[in-house]
Amino acid sequence: MTNHWNDLANSDCILMMGSNPAQNHPISFKWVLRAKDRGATLISVDPRFTASSSKADMYAPLRCGSDIAFLGGMINYILQNNKYFKEYILENTNATMVVGEAYGFSNGLFSGFNAETRRYDKKTWAYDMDDKGVPVRDMTLQHPRCVFQLMQKHYSRYTVDKVIAITGTPKEDLLKVYETYSATGARNKAGTIMYAMGWTQHSVGVQNIRTMAMIQLLLGNIGIAGGGVNALRGEANVQGSTDQAVLADIWPGYLSVPNSKQTNAAEYIAASTPKSNDPKSVNWKKNHPKYIASFLKSMYPSASVDEAYGFMPRLDAGRKTTDYFWMSIFDRMIAGELEGLFAWGMNPACSGPNANKSRAAFEKLKWLVNVNLFDNETGSFWRGPGKDPKKIATEVFFLPCCTSIEKEGSVSNSGRWMQWRYAGPKPQGHTLPDGDIFCEMAQEIRNLYAKEGGAFPDPVLKLGMEYWLEGHEFSPRKTARLLNGFFLKDTEVNGKLYKAGQLVPGFANLKDDGSTMSGNWLHCGSYTEEGGNLMMRRDKKQTEEQARIGLYPNWAFAWPMNRRIIYNRASVDVQGKPWNPEKSVIRWDGKAWQGDVVDGGGEPGSKYPFIMQVHGQGHLFGPGREDGPFPEHYEPMESPFATHELSQQRSSPVAFMAKNEQLAVADEQYPFIGTTYRVTEHWQTGLMTRRCAWLVEAEPQVFAEIDTEMAAMRGIANGDVVRVSSKRGTLLAKAVVSERVQALTVNGKTIHMVGLPWHFGWVVPKRGGDSANLLTAAVGDPNTAIPESKAFMVNIEKVDMKDLPE
Amino acid sequence: MAKAFFVDLSRCTGCRGCQVACKQWKNLPAEATKNTGSHTNPPDLSSKTYKTVHMLEHGKGKDLQLLYFPEQCRHCYLSPCMTASDVPGAIIEDTETGAVLFTELTAKIKDKQGVRKACPYDIPRIDEATGIIHKCDFCNDRVRQGMLPACVLSCPTGAMNFGEEAAMLALAESRLAELKKRHPDAVLGDAGTVRVLYLYHEKPELFHKYAVFAEALAPTSRRALFAKLAPRVKSSLG
Repeated sequence: MTNHWNDLANSDCILMMGSNPAQNHPISFKWVLRAKDRGATLISVDPRFTASSSKADMYAPLRCGSDIAFLGGMINYILQNNKYFKEYILENTNATMVVGEAYGFSNGLFSGFNAETRRYDKKTWAYDMDDKGVPVRDMTLQHPRCVFQLMQKHYSRYTVDKVIAITGTPKEDLLKVYETYSATGARNKAGTIMYAMGWTQHSVGVQNIRTMAMIQLLLGNIGIAGGGVNALRGEANVQGSTDQAVLADIWPGYLSVPNSKQTNAAEYIAASTPKSNDPKSVNWKKNHPKYIASFLKSMYPSASVDEAYGFMPRLDAGRKTTDYFWMSIFDRMIAGELEGLFAWGMNPACSGPNANKSRAAFEKLKWLVNVNLFDNETGSFWRGPGKDPKKIATEVFFLPCCTSIEKEGSVSNSGRWMQWRYAGPKPQGHTLPDGDIFCEMAQEIRNLYAKEGGAFPDPVLKLGMEYWLEGHEFSPRKTARLLNGFFLKDTEVNGKLYKAGQLVPGFANLKDDGSTMSGNWLHCGSYTEEGGNLMMRRDKKQTEEQARIGLYPNWAFAWPMNRRIIYNRASVDVQGKPWNPEKSVIRWDGKAWQGDVVDGGGEPGSKYPFIMQVHGQGHLFGPGREDGPFPEHYEPMESPFATHELSQQRSSPVAFMAKNEQLAVADEQYPFIGTTYRVTEHWQTGLMTRRCAWLVEAEPQVFAEIDTEMAAMRGIANGDVVRVSSKRGTLLAKAVVSERVQALTVNGKTIHMVGLPWHFGWVVPKRGGDSANLLTAAVGDPNTAIPESKAFMVNIEKVDMKDLPE
Repeated sequence: MAKAFFVDLSRCTGCRGCQVACKQWKNLPAEATKNTGSHTNPPDLSSKTYKTVHMLEHGKGKDLQLLYFPEQCRHCYLSPCMTASDVPGAIIEDTETGAVLFTELTAKIKDKQGVRKACPYDIPRIDEATGIIHKCDFCNDRVRQGMLPACVLSCPTGAMNFGEEAAMLALAESRLAELKKRHPDAVLGDAGTVRVLYLYHEKPELFHKYAVFAEALAPTSRRALFAKLAPRVKSSLG
């Protein structure tokens, strides 16, 4: 989230699209309904009518996987009807920047496309630079190659008629949403977006979100109270997991992972440090050398920065980063390239796409270590449906870990608040916290190296484990201090002397010469000599101004530097005056900034607000993505249609595809759109919730939600057992026939949908059914390789059974 | 001071936090349920389920309504169930909190179906094994300790509220006035006769057959029954 949960209450218009917060983020509705109490308009755009839709002032259906068409049409509407906030986009976005002559877009493809590698050469998307090396800007927005004009041209194709032909949304509903939402372009109005997996799990997932980010920029909705682009995270600490880089392509604090061509630290640091020649651009990433050096020192305190760099794994320069992600791991497993797998707090037999493929891949492993609270479909894959234990040689180990409430540590919520949690009951039986399992294993591996030697032992032996351990135990408090960081030599900051070994007060004080260490620069400032562990703060003190927008600066800690609303500098004009003084986030009082911690510092007008971008401007044109600088509608990888209205490029030309994935396109055998979603009662693959009797009582079985027309066509009644099948597998489910699901007319054809929850699995409960991921395809987004679980093709038929089998 | 619940159905999102919290606090076993094509589960109250959230769909297309009804005992001011009991101490009222409580002595009641039928809301349920009649007990143990009922504590949206009777009534009246602007059919169900006051933002019959005293219900009007019983209860309470 750019903003935070209780800030939702400040909004004048809440668009819920790609999410169903009433059911999947129930607590968020406390704030959504408060906004509604204050007169906000709630809009729900969803393929089916949900609990969130039932509370909304307006609802518009759309076909799964047509969000860019829907939102691209909104961009067109905003531009055609002058609904954009002109002063905002002139000051805060790259609308004015002139793109080079090499840029082009034709028939669904951007310039620089290489059909052989299925990749774009992004150099063709670069801006024109002046003689000082600063992007050329046209403040009149008239230059034919300025972003504003290019954007206008790109989205002029998204006419209302073409959009509704693709989305199936009734015209009046579409226009009502456009009109209502674009009204937040007024300077004193705030519109916000609540999105979740409904947008991310697509072959165009990143671009779905980019489209909305563009709308938010056009309407001046970023940086303000009640605005922003708000990703509703699916787990309590999933924000923390990405902050700490539980991903293949980043280091903690979103630093990029080095590649094999960057043979020393200097080369890597140079490649990771963007340069700007514009004095008004803060270009925050210019500080990367400090964060990188401090991170490397936190990993290997006894080594030099250069030496530590040499210990870190690098990606193969010739490969796409997506080759290192989830779906590729299973391809490698099937190819016999992996001997073993740690499934840690994961249940890939149910959670990944094409679950039959994952379950088969485990058979190729020599060993599988399952670290979890309970046995699950992954640990027990060898005795699962269709498996013959006698023929499976994989050795499976189960390491029981304790639950989150039995251990302490920080949890970073969607709003970036790092809140400290204390351990509750003692861990049961012989279970251990994950940190202890890691540390014990690391210690044992070190012992083996010490005893037996081995290739390249230093990366393991020199790890600075003493900074994480308290005796033999993993210490969350010590680790939190390390993440904040220490000075390694006496250093003066603003006239105050910090001794070597003392905590660094904030990331502005980190050094690039190896004299500071910090495990995650974003955490720097969260644990200080003066304030202690700021994540433990539970103080509701605030100024009157902060109280007006529900901003609690003394409650826990929000990264970065306790900033509660990021890009807040875009909430004021160049004089530092808030666009909406009633709900000011920051304000220049003539001497200092009041309110939130301001982005970028300095006097009003001295800095551009989007400090994380090289040129300081919000990206209407986004030249960094794998699939183009402007979001473009493509059909999902599996779709009922072989063509669409906007170009001859059917699906994303650069989408990620796992090996040998079979796809159904305009295939009569699989005529219906399948989609997966969640219910309130179960969580993720249901590992915890499927063992909780009261939750199973409430949602006992996997179901398939269908519309009444389709039910009549297929002779399916409520509660019947149905078989849902795709190119990859079949699933038995209970039919829920409902008016909440409606057939849509798309491209003149009636399109039906089958909605499935993915929380179930064969281990427990009895007759609960299995995972909907048996049906989904191992294809996904080219930037993130997130699977396209929200749109795939299925068939459905009634089965002559009384109930699901045991 | 006697207490009351105020349930603002316009704020209910059907998250079932209240339903699960009730089971948890009362330590009630889960029932063996099936998906029968509806998300309402358990499908009805029972001797093991004192609260269930009904998930209702009405109309089609543009007129489609999705409504939620967390059903529970209303804790009537003058409880017909109490009058239908022939065993002293089986059904009692805690005059301090206002809770209407079924004790284990309900097992001794001869006409148990009479107790069930006396309830205008069809709440009491008989445990066939023990003969004890069960229903929501107001979380009276919690309330007497100054705590909120478990269901109210779990509610994230402000649908479930609990407090001093006067405060709840005032909240109910102000929410009704507010909702009337968007929902002309909004009504407080049986206000003045129950301690669990529901605010229906649509016609009450859309939420449940027995949402409110249904005068039209044949053959014996529950309201008529209540009217008949009320004076007796009053006189028995003095």
